Amino acid sequence: MSLLELHDVSMVYGSVKALQGIDLTVEKGEWLALMGPSGSGKTTLMNIIGCMDKASTGSIVLDGVDFTDVTAGNLTMLRRDKIGLVFQQFHLIPYLTAVENLMVAQYYHSMPDEQEALLALERVGLKERARHLPSQLSGGEQQRVCIARALINYPMLILADEPTGNLDEANAKIVLEFFQQLHREGHTIIMVTHDPKVAELAERCIVLEHGRIANWKDRRVVCREEEVS
Amino acid sequence: MFWEMLKGALVRQSRKMFMVAITIALGVSLTTAMLNVMLDVGDKVNRELKAYGANITVIPRAASVLRDVYGIEASSGKTGQYLQEADVGKLKTIFWANNIVAFSPLLETKATVGSDDITVVGTWFNRQLELPTGEVVETGIKELKSWWTVEGNWINDTDIKGAMVGSTLARKLNLHIGDSVEIVLPGGTQGEALTVQGIFNSGGAEDDQIFVTLPFVQQGLNLPGKIGKIEVSAITTPENELARKAAHDPKSLSLKEWETWYCTAYVSSIAYQIEEAVGDSRAKPVRQVAESEGTILQKTQLLMLLITGLSLAGSALGISNLLMANIMERSREFGLLKALGATDRDVLLLTLTEIMTTGLVGGIAGYFLGLGFAQIIGHNVFGTAVAINAMVIPWVIISVILITLVGSLPAMRMLLSLRPAAVLHGR
Repeated sequence: MSLLELHDVSMVYGSVKALQGIDLTVEKGEWLALMGPSGSGKTTLMNIIGCMDKASTGSIVLDGVDFTDVTAGNLTMLRRDKIGLVFQQFHLIPYLTAVENLMVAQYYHSMPDEQEALLALERVGLKERARHLPSQLSGGEQQRVCIARALINYPMLILADEPTGNLDEANAKIVLEFFQQLHREGHTIIMVTHDPKVAELAERCIVLEHGRIANWKDRRVVCREEEVS
Repeated sequence: MFWEMLKGALVRQSRKMFMVAITIALGVSLTTAMLNVMLDVGDKVNRELKAYGANITVIPRAASVLRDVYGIEASSGKTGQYLQEADVGKLKTIFWANNIVAFSPLLETKATVGSDDITVVGTWFNRQLELPTGEVVETGIKELKSWWTVEGNWINDTDIKGAMVGSTLARKLNLHIGDSVEIVLPGGTQGEALTVQGIFNSGGAEDDQIFVTLPFVQQGLNLPGKIGKIEVSAITTPENELARKAAHDPKSLSLKEWETWYCTAYVSSIAYQIEEAVGDSRAKPVRQVAESEGTILQKTQLLMLLITGLSLAGSALGISNLLMANIMERSREFGLLKALGATDRDVLLLTLTEIMTTGLVGGIAGYFLGLGFAQIIGHNVFGTAVAINAMVIPWVIISVILITLVGSLPAMRMLLSLRPAAVLHGR
C-alpha cells in the first residue's frame, strides 16, 4: 500500500530546473535511499516531500492527502502531523536541554509531555543525558536526540537528510543501527545519502542526476531474483 | 514550554537583549524626562518670566479712559481716580487665586528733594496680608520685582520713615545707605526726613524714583486707604484664538466658549476675574509680557516634543538594527521551529514576547532614568525640581510599545519570509 505518490513533479528556481518530471511511489514501511551528486535535486525532492517547499508542477499525495495545491499553513500542519525530520546538522535548539528539544516538537504538535520525551530519549540510549544542553553532547548523541525528536509525534514518514554525514564511523554505526531498528518496526524512511554502504541498507535506492531519476535499484527484487535462482 | 523557550532565549542572549533594553531605556528616559519637563515647564517658564515684572495692571475704571485717551498714568495722581487699598486682598479670592504669585499696590506722586523734582512711589514691600479666607500671604514689590539688585535692605512695611532710592537718583543726589533724605510732597511746606535703607538697581525707569511705604504717601497726599494702581504677576496659559477673541469682547463668546475661557488661566480671563473682584477697576494685561510668555512656552514645548520624537525614532532605528541582526543570527532556530510545525503566528508570538519582555525591562529602567534626567534638567535650567507627573506613565507605556513594535517591524517581516527549507539546508 503506497504512502507517498509523486507524479510528474518538477521544481524550477528561476531558470534552474532542480527537478524534472519525477514519478515516485513509496510504500508504507519502506526504506528508500536517495543518492546522487551535489546539485542533482536530492534536497529539493526531500523538501517537497517534507512539505517544506511546494513543487512548481506535478501532484503529491501523502497518506491519501493531495497537497499539490494546499496553502503554506496547511503544509505546516501536514508536516507537523505526518513527517519526522532528521537533519545532517542536527539543528537542536542550543539553549534547551535534550528533553526540552523533544518537548518543543510536542508543543507545536499537540502538548508537551516530559515523561514521553524521556522515554523517547531512553529509546535512543540518552536518558541519562536528558538534562544536557546540545553543546554538552557528542555529535552522535545530538543526532540521536534529533532522531528521538523526529519520532516523538509518531510520524508516518521519516525524512533523513544525510543523518550520518557529520558523524564519525562509530557514531554513524550506532545511528544506522537505530534506523534499521525503526525500519524493522515498520517505519517508512526516506534517507538522502552519499554513502553507498548506507544506501545498501535501504530496500530501494534511487539515483538522481540533473533533477531526474537516472537509476534505481530495488534490493527486494534483487533478493527475490536471487531466491528464485 | 513557551515560557521555557522564552526564558532560554532571553538568558542565552542576555547580552544582546541587554543592548536592546539599553536602547529602549535611552529612548524612554528621554521621553520621560522631556514629557515631565514639558508638563511642568509651563509653570517653570512662567515663574522665570515672572521675574521680569507684572503682566496685569489694575487701575481705576475712569482712569483707564484718561490713560487710553491722554496717556495719563493712573498711579501718577493726576487723574484724581483711585482704587481702595482694602480691595487689594480680593485678588486672592478669584477662581485663579493660586495663579497670582505676586501683587503690590502703588500710589505715585511728584515730590521735591532740595531743588530736584522727583517721583515718589508708595507701595507694599513685603506685606503680610490676611485674606478674607483667613489665609495669610506675603506680597509686595520684593516679590514682584525680584530681579532688582538691592544695596542695603528692603524696607519693612511698618517703617514709615524708611526709603529705597533708585541707583541713578542716588548718584544724582549723592545719597548713601543710612543717609537722610528730606522729601516735600505736593501741598506740603515742610519736608519729611526719611532714612535711606536701600539703594536699588532695576535697570528701568524706577532707578530715578524713590520708593517709600504706602502710608507715607497716603498721609502726605491726604488720601488714606487710596491707591493709584495694582501691579499683578500671574501664571498664565499661552493665549490662543479663544483667548484673543475673549480679550476683544468676552460677550462675543458662546456659553460653552465662555466657560472654557473663564476656566482657563488665560491672562484675559484672570484680568476679567480681577475686574469682577475689585470694584470699579480695569485690569489690563501687559500684552508684551503675556505674549512673550506664550511664545516662549510654545517654542520650548515644541522643542521638547521634537527632541522626544527624534529620540524615539533613534531608539526605534537602533532596536530595528539589533533585532535584524538577532533574527539573522537565529534564522536556523526559527526555521527549525517552523519545520517542527510552528506557524508564523507561533514564531511571531515567541519573538514579540521576547522583545516586549526586553522592552518592559528597558521601559521601566528608562522611566526611572528619565525621572533622574528630568531632575537634572530642572535643577540646571530652572534651578528647581521638576514635578513627577503620573500622566507621563501612559505615554511612556505607549512609547515603549510603539518604539518596540516599530523597531521590530523589519525583523518581523524577515521572520515571516523565512523559509525552513532555505535556512535549514543553507539555500
